[in-house]
This record gives sequence, structure tokens and C-alpha cells, in this order.
Amino acid sequence: MLSRLAAPRTGGMLALAVVIALLPLVLSNKYFYDIAVLVGLNAIVCVGLNLLIGYAGQISLGHAGFFGAGAYGSAILASRYGWPPLAAMLATTLAVAALAFLVGRPILRLKGHYLAMATLGLGIIIFMVITTEDRFTGGPDGISVVPLSIGGFVLQGERLWYWVVGALLLLAVWLALNLIESPAGRALRALHSSEVGAEVVGINAAEHKLMVFVISAVFASIAGSLAAHYSGFVTPGKAAFLHSIELVTMVVFGGMASTFGAVVGAAVLTTLPQLLTVFEDYEMMVFGAVMMGTMIFLPRGVVPSVARLFRARRREPADHAETRR
Amino acid sequence: MKSTRAKDSFKRGLVAVAAAFTLMAGTAIAAEPIKIGSFLSVTGGAAFLGDPEQKTLELYVEKINAGGGVLGRKLELVAYDSAGDAEKARTFVKRLIEQDKVDVIVGGSTTGETMAVVPLVEAAQVPFISLAGAVVIVEPVKKWVFKTPHTDRMACEKIFIDMQSRKLSKIALISGPGGFDKSMRGQCLGVAKKYGVDVIADETYGKGDTDMTAQLTKIKNTAGVQAVLNAGFGEGPAIVTKNYRQIGISVPLYQSHGVASKEFIKLAGAAAEGVRLPAAALLVAESLPASDPQRPVVVAYKKEYESRFKSEVSTFGGHAYDGLYLVVEAMKKAGGTDKAKVRDALEGVRGFMGTAGVFNMSAGDHMGLDLSAFRMLEVKGGDWTLVK
Repeated sequence: MLSRLAAPRTGGMLALAVVIALLPLVLSNKYFYDIAVLVGLNAIVCVGLNLLIGYAGQISLGHAGFFGAGAYGSAILASRYGWPPLAAMLATTLAVAALAFLVGRPILRLKGHYLAMATLGLGIIIFMVITTEDRFTGGPDGISVVPLSIGGFVLQGERLWYWVVGALLLLAVWLALNLIESPAGRALRALHSSEVGAEVVGINAAEHKLMVFVISAVFASIAGSLAAHYSGFVTPGKAAFLHSIELVTMVVFGGMASTFGAVVGAAVLTTLPQLLTVFEDYEMMVFGAVMMGTMIFLPRGVVPSVARLFRARRREPADHAETRR
Repeated sequence: MKSTRAKDSFKRGLVAVAAAFTLMAGTAIAAEPIKIGSFLSVTGGAAFLGDPEQKTLELYVEKINAGGGVLGRKLELVAYDSAGDAEKARTFVKRLIEQDKVDVIVGGSTTGETMAVVPLVEAAQVPFISLAGAVVIVEPVKKWVFKTPHTDRMACEKIFIDMQSRKLSKIALISGPGGFDKSMRGQCLGVAKKYGVDVIADETYGKGDTDMTAQLTKIKNTAGVQAVLNAGFGEGPAIVTKNYRQIGISVPLYQSHGVASKEFIKLAGAAAEGVRLPAAALLVAESLPASDPQRPVVVAYKKEYESRFKSEVSTFGGHAYDGLYLVVEAMKKAGGTDKAKVRDALEGVRGFMGTAGVFNMSAGDHMGLDLSAFRMLEVKGGDWTLVK
């Protein structure tokens, strides 16, 4: 029973659910709720991106492109053409999945720096299209988005959104954990350690990589759609290269190949700039110092490094007992 | 040894307690400060807007406080750096409203940032003065939203009026890829008819292009072009101006207020001679005639800013100056910081002289500037001169 709870799939999920349920006790106003919602949306993207980076070992510097495509797809269909928001979101998600599928096939043949370059290019193309096609997207100044409504019920207000995003984050984490534990997930991890080795034992590397690329793009797209409806306004900045970097940084900071690490990374890097405003002009410097410090002292990212420390400490007394015997 | 140290720390503790008490007493006597919230793109791509804006706000809040504050209360500036990111702007505005509980917001360097926060300030009913350019901010009118910079439509109108007076009616348009360029191009096309101006060529260039000869050659070969208007920002217009002379186009060239800085003349060099553009009076502060009612305001602001920061004044900082003083004016008129009363007072501002021109707000106009805000300038001898 205890070992079952300590397993990430049950224990971790439970811990996350408890945190989401209890957090409102300390969220004293809408501003804090707002930050919590942003953390949740970033975390959903990072959980997906972590499958790609952490488990399959493939880099993407273009995921903000998918996020932006999701946001703008929803914005354009729902606000310009009057589609019901859920239908718009669904259509957008399918379109982004199709795009990721089509582009992923040739791109994922590349490795290392070349893959980074290709995904970077993809993200930049999406950004360019959004910026220049101003008839649809409103150009660099952005576009306003109708609130999310489901059959006459309008989802508005930070508190309501908090619960919706919280539930969706749990769902995203649950899906990711299940995928990792499935045969496909094991295949991905095998791929990460050695692609040749994995193929030798009969894993179709290309297909698995493509699958996880599409899944992570879908996660990003849905989070993008939600973000657009939540904030009621999107600008091309959401699809920009800098945002892609932010997302990758969250994954690496929290700890690669750790789903909860991705959540922690998203939480820390979304709230940190808000906390650091006390430093005023030195804000960015302190931010940089925190990042460097973390990577130097917790090189595997926050969650895996801390987990390792705990495990090492627990093992220590047992080791002593052994030597005594 | 030990006992003296203990005594010392006890004494220090006493002093601290006493200090705390006097501090508390001090704040209890003085009235609560008036909180002015701000979010500006101090870093990032739009830093050239946010940096002078923030400096201006800091400078004048300090100055107003040194002079006794407003209504006997000190001003307190709460400013965040939104780095040109609409999402960040939204979060910071929530923070200003919910956490800092500001009385009024003056900020928003870019149109995207401003539009992203409009729903928030409307819902929270906080007076908000935007420092961004586009017309969409005040058209249609939003109850709680005002703005101080002139719009690109006004720049188009100013240019077209000048063209009319020179009997130029068939023109070519050339514009760049940025938000400013696109918006201005759209506005110019929109109002051209009204001034009897025909746009017979419409060319665009890309981001980072270093040669616009191809587009200009097309314009040169278009029969009947009487003038060329370049709606552009950044380096593009300087390159257009150089190429323009190189391929020997002789009709007048107009630039936008987007390049109204010394930098443009430096970049374009001799090619800039004869170029006309609309600009705020601030740029030519010292050459305004003594009779000009705007002269005292712009000259004072320019002096104050340049002596403090040792850098050249820009119209963007001027927008922040106008925003801050409009708020102060409205609060004085409202006799307090009641948000609804301040809003009404803002809407009732008439004849307020700012760096951008005379503000005459009304229920239908939340910017309140007219075309007199712009001066038509011509480059002569490597400097701006007023077109009479």
C-alpha cells in the first residue's frame, strides 16, 4: 500500500491534487489567482514538452509556435467567425496536430543541433505568419478574444478558471504519467538512451518520436487556446522565440524526465519574476543568478536532484547497518 | 565583556523601538499617499518607449512631492516593467488593481499591452491613461480609458493637408513591416479620400531590408506620382531616403512622425535635405516662436529632462508627462481620488496644455488632441525647421 502511494502515478498525483485543492486558502485576491492560472497553463505545456525533451530526448525550440497557433486559432475562429469556443478549440487542436504530424516527419529525422534549428525555424515561421497576416490576426498589436462559453454558460473570473485549469493540469499529468508507464513510454525511454539500440530490439523510432511530438504540440495548442480565452487578448509575443526558450527553460529547471519537475519548473519560473520586482532595476540580474545557481547546485533540475538527495539520505543508515554486520 | 555586549544590544533595541514609534507616528500624521500605478516596457524591444516614460514619471513624481504633493498628499509611484509582453502587462495590471490598490494607472507603452489590459480596467473601474499610439485604444470610446499620444491617423491628416496646400494629389505610399508602419499605412489609406489624395502606388519592404531600390524604382516608373509618403519606423525610412536620392526621384518625400528624431538625420545624411514630416512641438521646442502657447511647457520639460538624465528628450517621455499631469489636474478638480469623480474630471479636461498639444477631452473623445498638436517640419541644413 505504502509503496503504491510512493509511486509517482498515485502518490504524486495525490500530492498535486492536494496542493491544487488547498492553494486557494492562501490565494487572497484575484491577482494571486491569476498567477496560479498562468502557472497551470504553463505547466500543461511543460508536461507535454517534457515528454518530448525529457523522455524521448528530442529538443524543440518551437513550441511557443504551437502555443501561439492554438491561441490564434481559437481567437480567429471564435472571435472573427463567431464559432462556439469549444468547437473552435477542437478544430484548432486538430489543425495543430495535423501540422505537427506533417512537419514532424521530416524534422524529427534530424538530431541534436539540427533538430533544434529546424524546430526553431518552424516556430519562427508561425510567428511570422501571425505577425504579417494582419487581416486575420490583427498583426503585431494583437487581437481580442471572446470569453470561453460552453452552451450559454460563460466561463469568466479568476476563481472559476483556477478550478478548470487545475482540473486540466491534473488530467494532463495523469495522461503523461500513464503514457510513460505504457509500452510506448518505455520505448521512448529506450530511444532516449540509444536510438540504434532501441531499433535493434524492434522499436520503430521514427513513429514513436513523431507520436510524442504530436502529443506535445497538442498539449501546447490546448493551453494556448485556453490562455487566449482566459486573458481575452493575444499578441504575437505568445508565439515568439523567447517564449519557446522560456518553456524549455521551465522543463530543464524543474528537471528533465520528471513530469512533476515540469510542473515545479513552470510554477517557479512563472512566479519568480513577480517576486523579484522588489529588486527593481536588478530584477533580471537576480533572475539570472537564481537560474545559474540552480543549475550549478541542482544540475539535474530541481525535482530529480532533490529526490535524489532524499533517497541518498534514506539509504545511508541502511548502508551503515550493513557494514556493522 | 559579555555583559557590556548584552547592554549594547539592549540599548540598540531601545533605539530601534523608539525609531519605529516615531516612524509610525510620522505616517499617522501625514495623509495616505496617492498611489499612481504604472506598467511600462522598460526593457525589451519597446524599451525606447518605456525607458523615457519611466524616467519622466519618476522625475515628476519626485518634483510634485517636493512641491507639497497633490491635495496635501504625496504621490507614490508603483511601476512594473512589462517588457513589451501583453501577458505580463495583464498580470501587472491585476497586481496594481488587486494588490497595490492604486488610485489611477498611467502606462502601457505599446498598443498590444494597452489593449490587453483594457478589459481589466473597465471591469475594475480604474481610470487608465495609456501612453500608446493606435486609434483603437480610444475608438470606440471606452469609459475608463484615455490616452495622451497623438495617433497615426492625425499624422496622415497633417501630411495630406500639407500636400493639399502644395497641390499634390497623386501619391505613392511605401511602408515597412512593423506594427507602427502597418497601422499608419491603413490609416493613411483610410483618410486619403477625405483630403482628395489618390494613392496610386502602394509598396512595402521587409524587416531588415537594406535596400529599397526595387520598390522605389517601381514608384519612379508609375506615371503621375506627385509625392511619396513613407510610413515607417526605425532604420527603414533612412534607407528609403538614401535610395530615393540615389535613383534620382525628384518629387517631394514625406516621412512619418515615427522617425522624428535626430537619429534619422544622422542616418540619412545629406539625403534627408528637403524631407518633410509631422512631429510634436517638443522636437523643435527652442525654435518655436515666443508667442506659441505651447512653448513654455515643452521648453521646461526638455530642460528638466535633459539636465537630469543627460540624454536627449523624446516625445515618448512627453506622453508620460502629459498623462501624469492630466491625472493631477483631474484629481485637483475632483477634490480627491474617488475613481468615478477622477474619471469624470478627466473627461471634462479642457484647454490643458501638455507636451503633445492642447487637450480638450469630451465624452466622445478620450484623447482630446487636434491637428495643431503636430507641426510640419522640413530638414534644412541638417536640422529641423518649421514649415510656415
